[in-house]
Amino acid sequence: MTKQEIISKLPYSKPFLFVDEILSIDENRVEGTFIFDENLDFYKGHFKDNPVTPGVILTETMAQIGLVCLGIYLNEGKEIKNIGFTSSEVEFMKPIYPNEKVTVISEKVYYRFGKLKCKVKMLNEKNEEVCSGVLAGMIL
Amino acid sequence: MNKQEIIERLKPIVKPFVKDEEAFNGINEKTHFITDLNINSANLVDIVLDVEEAFDIEIDNESMEKMLDLENTIAIIQTKLAEK
Repeated sequence: MTKQEIISKLPYSKPFLFVDEILSIDENRVEGTFIFDENLDFYKGHFKDNPVTPGVILTETMAQIGLVCLGIYLNEGKEIKNIGFTSSEVEFMKPIYPNEKVTVISEKVYYRFGKLKCKVKMLNEKNEEVCSGVLAGMIL
Repeated sequence: MNKQEIIERLKPIVKPFVKDEEAFNGINEKTHFITDLNINSANLVDIVLDVEEAFDIEIDNESMEKMLDLENTIAIIQTKLAEK
């Protein structure tokens, strides 16, 4: 499966698609990027007159690249109907401002019985760790 | 391994996923993971993986689907142990 095919199979669209590009993917690991466009709606309110990317959105970005892209790759040829985010344990180190580009690197802990658990981290353009943690999702 | 021995070994595996202590203390052969202990299907996967490690057995998809209560879980563990 090509990287572009994986992105086309993602069940998201704007304004809730947080994957621009997959840099590399194999059965154990995925690396991808996203640029936070300054016009994204949540910047109007988070925070008032002081736009900072919400932690939940960073977590979502890690999940879309780290779990969903890898999950699609691991299920090549099979149809996935519904997926669910089942757990997240994330720590945040640095803020991400509008127009910043982030890189997400995810390493599979296991994929068993439809549940994918990964160790995921996000880096900024200076290669500094923005946030990291353990995320899991499941095919429902 | 008899049923009671298996239950005793299952308790520490299940405990981290149970919020209701009273329900946990009442664990017996008839306890259902989802309806009695309020464990979700994602955590059930972790329990099954811990069971594999604790008993040194491999659980296939078909067995996993039956592991919703203690009774079936014990039966599957006993079968897998016997196959070793």
